[in-house]
Amino acid sequence: MSEVLVIAELSDGSVRKTTHSAINAARKINQLTGGTFSILVLGAAPAKAAAAELTGYGAARILVCEDASLKNYLAERYAPVVASAARGFEVLVATASSYGKDLLPRVGARLDAAYAADVSDLSVQAGELTLKRPMYAGNAFGFCTLGTPQKVVSIRQSEFDPAEPSGGQTPIADLALAAPGEAARRVEFVSLDQVKSERPELAEARVVVSGGRALKDQFFQVIEPLADALGAAIGASRAACDAGYAPGDFQVGQTGKVVAPDLYVAVGISGAIQHIAGMKSSKVIVAINKDPEAPIFQISDYGLVADLFQAVPELTRELKARKK
Amino acid sequence: MKILVALKRVADPDNANKVRIVAGGEKVDTGNLEWKLNPFDEYALEAALRLTEDGKTPKQRAGEVVIVSLGPKEVETNLRSALATGADRAIRIDAEDDKLDGRLVALALQKLVAEEKPDLILMGKQAVDGDSNQVGQILAELLDYPMATFAATITEGEDGLTVSREVDGGVSVLRLKLPALITVDLRIVSPTSVYSNKTDRAFKYNDGVRFAPLPAIMQAKKKKLDVKPLAELVPDTGLRTQYRKFAPPSERKAGARVQSVAELVNKLANEAKVI
Repeated sequence: MSEVLVIAELSDGSVRKTTHSAINAARKINQLTGGTFSILVLGAAPAKAAAAELTGYGAARILVCEDASLKNYLAERYAPVVASAARGFEVLVATASSYGKDLLPRVGARLDAAYAADVSDLSVQAGELTLKRPMYAGNAFGFCTLGTPQKVVSIRQSEFDPAEPSGGQTPIADLALAAPGEAARRVEFVSLDQVKSERPELAEARVVVSGGRALKDQFFQVIEPLADALGAAIGASRAACDAGYAPGDFQVGQTGKVVAPDLYVAVGISGAIQHIAGMKSSKVIVAINKDPEAPIFQISDYGLVADLFQAVPELTRELKARKK
Repeated sequence: MKILVALKRVADPDNANKVRIVAGGEKVDTGNLEWKLNPFDEYALEAALRLTEDGKTPKQRAGEVVIVSLGPKEVETNLRSALATGADRAIRIDAEDDKLDGRLVALALQKLVAEEKPDLILMGKQAVDGDSNQVGQILAELLDYPMATFAATITEGEDGLTVSREVDGGVSVLRLKLPALITVDLRIVSPTSVYSNKTDRAFKYNDGVRFAPLPAIMQAKKKKLDVKPLAELVPDTGLRTQYRKFAPPSERKAGARVQSVAELVNKLANEAKVI
């Protein structure tokens, strides 16, 4: 029996979709080992209202810690609350977003619980919960077990579909704030600049169009119209980000975002191992590159050898024409 | 400022000889891979050097940069090259590469911090072999220190450090009072990413990490390098994270070449049915 606690993630007072992927992982752990799952929601008001969004997903209960001091996320303030809520739970789960990656190891340390990052699948082997996770830039998968009474797991969002509601009402209980340690007195939140965009989020988009260094300073000029025509999120190779053609948080790859959309269009991306690790689970991959030897063609379903400055505008026009 | 930089040696997965799994899957065969310092940790060292100097006179160190690595004797080669780029002294915690997990490394570093009392601890956001991204966060919690993970810029102020962090969808900015811990992301080695109080804000660094000039490589041989057995720092060296087996990723087969944009659109609509 594994009692599982899902750590919800809020953004602007509402539940992020990352949470639904973590719920799916919790359900899977319950299927494998029995037990139930609960959800912890923490944040400033309206955290309670956000918690109500999660009723009907099959949780045994929802715990809410709503406090003004949790307004802006700081691991130093969140970890003590999560640790205090963790009593009685064997497995703690969140999605490996930047929030989950920042918070969970700190929670694990507080509980003296081992942590497995970026888990892509769960199983029980020889009676133990076994976590499959990518290593070596996606060139190997390790299957690990955690030898502590409590276990902390972050899951890879692209490998766990968001959970659908299963119906019913979920009881919601208040959780008291746990006092933070000395660390919280030495850290101050200054700002969070998030690019507000009409586009879907990169990690959640059904279609992703990514550009490489070949686009040079015409990155947005070429990529944006195509992304608009496809309703796609925009990604980039590390080389394009490093060269300053695209912002850092566009980076798709083992050390950037890992995506698995229905359609991934790689434009002017050669296909370094690092990049491929971040997108090879995509259902359909299209590559447009003028170099016929580019490694990206080895993993793409449809490859077009062409000058992207001609092919991409043409593709954009054709897609727009189809919509009409 | 006294800075402790944690460096890990890794079997480089970027190498042309790809990672192989031994038959049966008990372990990853690192025999064909080149050992090098984890690139994110090298970036952390570069950030430490920038924080302890005036960018215009990088030969003069203001403060102290101590580097530490857990690993076998061979790690000393990597530590010596790190010393040559400007770090003051090194500590090797004697351990076997595959008998470590995040908890052990963090506990060993916690002990070392108690001895060394650095103002700041710096390391990469993750090692590119295990890709776990956990030691910095665990260590910060064990020490009850404030932390900033995924740092893209660090600016020294009167009263601590201002750090911008790369998070989903944007940039988060934190102000930390020392002692504190920072893990760094790729862009920390950009020309205008890190400024000490001494460095003019108009100064621009070269992109990337600095290389050691030949005389510095010679001098680095004389720098102090202490060795401590892991068990002296952490009595219980048992692993809490156990890898039972490994498997290669599933291969993805190359599909078809299309000859024209029109053919591509046709295939996407009628064959793949994704548009």
